[in-house]
Amino acid sequence: MLNNIVEIVVNHWPSFLEGVGVTLLMALISMSLGTFLGTILAFLKVYSNKFVVAIVSGFIEIIRGTPMLVQIFIFYFGLPVYGIRMTAFGACILGFIINSTAYQAEYTRGAIQSIEQNQMTAARSLGMTRNQSIFSVILPQTIKRAIPAWTNEFIYLLKYTSLAYIVGAEELMEKAKVIASRNFLFFEVYIIVAVIYLILVLVITWLLQKLEKKLEIPGMETVR
Amino acid sequence: MSESKHILRVENLRKSFGENLVLKDVSFTMDKGETKVIIGPSGTGKSTLLTCINQLVKPDSGKIYLKDINVTQAENMNRIRQRIGFVFQDFGLFNHLTAMRNVMIGPIKVQKMSKEDAKNLAYEELKRVGLLEHADKYPAQLSGGQKQRVGIARALAMQPELILFDEPTSALDPELIGEVLAVMKDLAENRMTMLIVTHEMGFARTVSDEIIFMEGGVIVEQGSPEKLFKNPQHKRTGEFLFKLTELYGEGDR
Repeated sequence: MLNNIVEIVVNHWPSFLEGVGVTLLMALISMSLGTFLGTILAFLKVYSNKFVVAIVSGFIEIIRGTPMLVQIFIFYFGLPVYGIRMTAFGACILGFIINSTAYQAEYTRGAIQSIEQNQMTAARSLGMTRNQSIFSVILPQTIKRAIPAWTNEFIYLLKYTSLAYIVGAEELMEKAKVIASRNFLFFEVYIIVAVIYLILVLVITWLLQKLEKKLEIPGMETVR
Repeated sequence: MSESKHILRVENLRKSFGENLVLKDVSFTMDKGETKVIIGPSGTGKSTLLTCINQLVKPDSGKIYLKDINVTQAENMNRIRQRIGFVFQDFGLFNHLTAMRNVMIGPIKVQKMSKEDAKNLAYEELKRVGLLEHADKYPAQLSGGQKQRVGIARALAMQPELILFDEPTSALDPELIGEVLAVMKDLAENRMTMLIVTHEMGFARTVSDEIIFMEGGVIVEQGSPEKLFKNPQHKRTGEFLFKLTELYGEGDR
């Protein structure tokens, strides 16, 4: 078995590497856009008028309430019927971004609401506008508090990109499927894939822990 | 009617929260350099009165003048708020900023002061409240008394014409109250205009120019500490002051 694994790695590493590249690309794009858009939605949900809140909440509930695979199928197989065509890669990325946005909006909203209200009041009492108060006082503390939840989301997202193989996007799982069926070494190939995902997840976790540590506020560290 | 010699003039202020009428026709004035203390049982609208003055809470009716400007109809409230300092019972410090940056942020964001100037200013204000050696600490690393002094320095940095104090020592351990009152006393001696809600009778008695006794949303009585303590016109004033003095002592902190 070990021999087979080594052989597969030696023979097919460029293909694995390509797959990892596409997987990482999908994950990074959807993570960063999801974080960015999710943060905006979270602030809109907390600080906007009823009308905007209703729209944002509606979006979040629809996205969270339907399976991501169904959404991707709608984009990839459904929309072409109405003349909107996208590549497998594009349909998947779109699905990942809207999902990540919806989930992160809720995590971030929780982080915003965990910040003591009196800081906002104090900022306003100095004469700062609402936007100034949000950007200089609430946002920096929100990010710090949202990181643990974001870490979870990034890990899910990275693994969920494997769904993309179902519509044939050329990511790691798709490459693995091709290699495995060509060599009839399913066990070995998927063990390799599992190890690759594990390494990627560990790296992401490690990076975010470093960021969390860096943003820790002196005097507010967790007591160990 | 030119009464602009008053820094603050409150006329017939009313405010209710739902069914609950918290302020019923409150009127009073403050002159430059005066220290006035508002006392009264809890739930009588003392804090609401302060938050109405800088419009953190909108009154239902009545007028509030800061010098000649009617605050209740101000177009740009942010411009007026920077002229009125506010010190909170629970400090309201920005937890992600050092003491120094807490003091700098107002002048930088609101008055568009350069970082360099704001730093020098914050340095002066922290020195004034005796916290220079703690300038680089974060709020969570400071004691309650130190936090409140940062709160005062933050208000001072805006060069306000008036500072409102909302029970500034109520959240503090007894032994930390003194350091905060000392700073406030120092400000009073330097003729800063201050309106203070507090239960600290010793402070009210020795530092204030006038005491305002509120109950049930109205001003029951106001006058010099001497007059209120020695010769109150209303029975309730006497009762309340007697109770507070019994509780907190006559104190000459």
